[in-house]
Amino acid sequence: MSAHSPIDQIEQPDSFAFDAESEEQIAAILAKYPPERKASGTLPLLYVVQKQMGRQTGSAWVPRVAMDEVARRLDVAPIRVYEVATFYLMFNTKPIGRYHLQVCTTTSCWLRGSDDVVAACKKATGIDGFGQSSADGLFTLTEVECLGACANAPILQIDDDFYEDMDGPRTIELIEALRRGERPTPGPTIDRLNSAPAGGRKTLADSPAEQG
Amino acid sequence: MLQDKDRIFTNLYGQNDWRLAGARQRGDWDGTAEILARGRDAIINEMKGSGLRGRGGAGFPTGVKWSFMPKNSDGRPHYLVINGDESEPGTCKDREILRHEPHKLIESALIASFAMGAHAAYIYIRGEFFNEARHLQIAIDEAYAAGLIGRNAAGSGWDFDFYIHRGAGAYICGEETALLESLEGKKGQPRMKPPFPAAMGLYGCPTTVNNVESIAVSSTILRRGGAWFSALGRPNNAGTKLMAISGHVNTPCVFEEELGVPLKEIIEKHGGGVRGGWDNLLAVIPGGCSVPLLPASICETVLMDYDSLRAERSGLGTACMIVMDKSTDIIKAIARFSQFFKHESCGQCTPCREGTGWMMRVMNRMVEGRAEIEEIDMLEQVTRQVEGHTICALGDAAAWPIQGLIRHFRPVMEERITAYKAAHGGGRITQVPLGIPVAAE
Repeated sequence: MSAHSPIDQIEQPDSFAFDAESEEQIAAILAKYPPERKASGTLPLLYVVQKQMGRQTGSAWVPRVAMDEVARRLDVAPIRVYEVATFYLMFNTKPIGRYHLQVCTTTSCWLRGSDDVVAACKKATGIDGFGQSSADGLFTLTEVECLGACANAPILQIDDDFYEDMDGPRTIELIEALRRGERPTPGPTIDRLNSAPAGGRKTLADSPAEQG
Repeated sequence: MLQDKDRIFTNLYGQNDWRLAGARQRGDWDGTAEILARGRDAIINEMKGSGLRGRGGAGFPTGVKWSFMPKNSDGRPHYLVINGDESEPGTCKDREILRHEPHKLIESALIASFAMGAHAAYIYIRGEFFNEARHLQIAIDEAYAAGLIGRNAAGSGWDFDFYIHRGAGAYICGEETALLESLEGKKGQPRMKPPFPAAMGLYGCPTTVNNVESIAVSSTILRRGGAWFSALGRPNNAGTKLMAISGHVNTPCVFEEELGVPLKEIIEKHGGGVRGGWDNLLAVIPGGCSVPLLPASICETVLMDYDSLRAERSGLGTACMIVMDKSTDIIKAIARFSQFFKHESCGQCTPCREGTGWMMRVMNRMVEGRAEIEEIDMLEQVTRQVEGHTICALGDAAAWPIQGLIRHFRPVMEERITAYKAAHGGGRITQVPLGIPVAAE
C-alpha cells in the first residue's frame, strides 16, 4: 500500500481526548455493530479522530496517541489499530495542510488532462512534489488513484469534495478561492448536470427539469 | 437501444428530487409489503428468471447467488453486504445510485435481505464517496422515520436494519472477502475460499455480498417482472445496465443502456462520438481497467455484453468504458494501470506483491523503450505466473491489461524499443543500473 512515514519519525502530540462532538458520533457508530464486534468501529473511529484533529488544529491527521485511544475504546490491541491506520490511504499518519489537494492521475483522468491539474496545483501552491505541503502550511498535494468519477474526469478532490471536469486555469482559480477563505460549490466546473453529457441529456428526456 | 420507458434509474442525473418524496413519485416504496408477501422462494425464483447477472464485474447470476444462503438459520444471523467500494479505474456508475437513487437501493436491500433471511444489511462505501454516503444516510434516516425500514419494515412484518460502513481508500476492499475483513475492522486482505461467505462471511455468519447496482435493480425487476427484464438485452445477457464513457469522447457521461447493443452505437450516441471522429479511435477498454483493451477494428462490430466481449478475450466488467483516440500513448495508458495495481496490492500473496511492482517497473521501461525485444515475451510470461496464483483476483486484474496490450499492440512496443536503441547508439543497454531497488517498494 501507500508509503506511510514510520510513525516514530513524526513529532507526536502527548495526549488526545475525544471532544463532545466526537463522543456523539462514536455513540452512533458503535450502535451499528453487534456489541461483541466493536472492532468494526476501527475505521469509523479513525475518521472521527481525523475530523476532530482538523477541527482543533487545522490539520486533519491521526496521531499515535489517538490510535491508542481508539484501541482502548474498542478493546483491541493498539497494533490492530496501527495496522489499519497505516494500511488505508485516507488516514493521514502525519500532519497535513488545511486543504488536502488530491489529484487523480489514473488513466481516465490522465487522458483528459490530469497532468495540467497537477501542474496547476504545484504552480498555485508552490509545492514541488506529491506528498508535500506548501510553505504556508495551507495545502498538501497528494496523488490519488481512481476516484470513481471518471465520466467527470479529471477530478481534483479537496478534503471531502470532488471538483470535476477540471483543467489548469480552473484549478488555479479554485486554489485562489480557497486562499481567500471561500469554498466553491463542488461538482462539475463546466456547464453540465452531474454526470449527464455536456450539452444536455440524451436520455430521460421527458423527465422534468432540475429541481435542485 | 433502450427506451426511456424501460429505464430503471429514472433519476440517474439527479435532475429530480432524490429524497423520499421524489422517490415515491418515481414508484419506489410502492407496495413493498406485497412483494415481501410473495415469500422468499418466489422472490428468488423471479430473480433467477430475470437472468440478472452480477453488475460488479464478475457476472455471476444474482438469483442463484441469493439461493446459496441457508434456508433455515442455525442460530447465526444472516447478513446482506452491499459492495459500494467502486474503485476500478474507469468505473463511476454506483456513485449515481448512491447519490441520486438512494431509495431504490434501500428498498431493494430490504427485499434482498428478506429473501435471504437477513435482518441487517451493511453497505460498504468507498471512503472518497463522502458526499454520496451523506445522501444515502439522509435517505436511510428518512426511511426509518417513515417506518419503511426498522421494526416491521414497510408493514411487512420483517425487521430490517440498514447501515453504512465507509472504507478508507483501498481498492482491494472491493474484493468481497477483503471487504468483509475491512468491515470487521481489519486490514483489507482477502480470505481464502472456501469457506465461501454464504457459509462463513461477516462475523463468521452466512453472508451474501452483492454490487450496489445488482441490488438496486431488484425492486424494479420484482415490480415489473423477471420476464420484462429478461426480454431486454440478449439471451444470457439480459436486461439493462448502467454504463459510463470516459476518455476521448465528445461527451463523457453515465447512462443506462440495454445489454447487447453495438459498442460503436453506444459511443456514437451517448459519448457523442470519438474526439476527432470514429476513424481517430485507437482502442477501448470496455469495462474497467482490469479487462483487456480492444483495438479499433474489434470496436467496429463487437456488442456490449458479457458473452460478446468474452469472445473477444476481453470482458464486460463494470461496463464503464475508457475510450482512447490516436493521440494516446497506449503503452503509457496501460503502464498507469500497472502503477495502480502495484499501489493497491494488499501485499499478502508473493506473486502479486512482488509481481505488480516488477510489472510496473518493466512497463515503465517499455514506455521509454528502454528494453529488449525479448523482454516483451518475458513480461507476458510473468503476467501468466501472477495470474491465477493469488488468493484473490487482483493478481489476474494486474496481468490482463498488459496481456491485452501485448496481444494487440506488440508492434508499437517493438517500435518504441527500436527507436530508443536508435536514439542511444544501439547495442544492448543496461536495464537495471546498480543501486536501483528491484524489490517491492
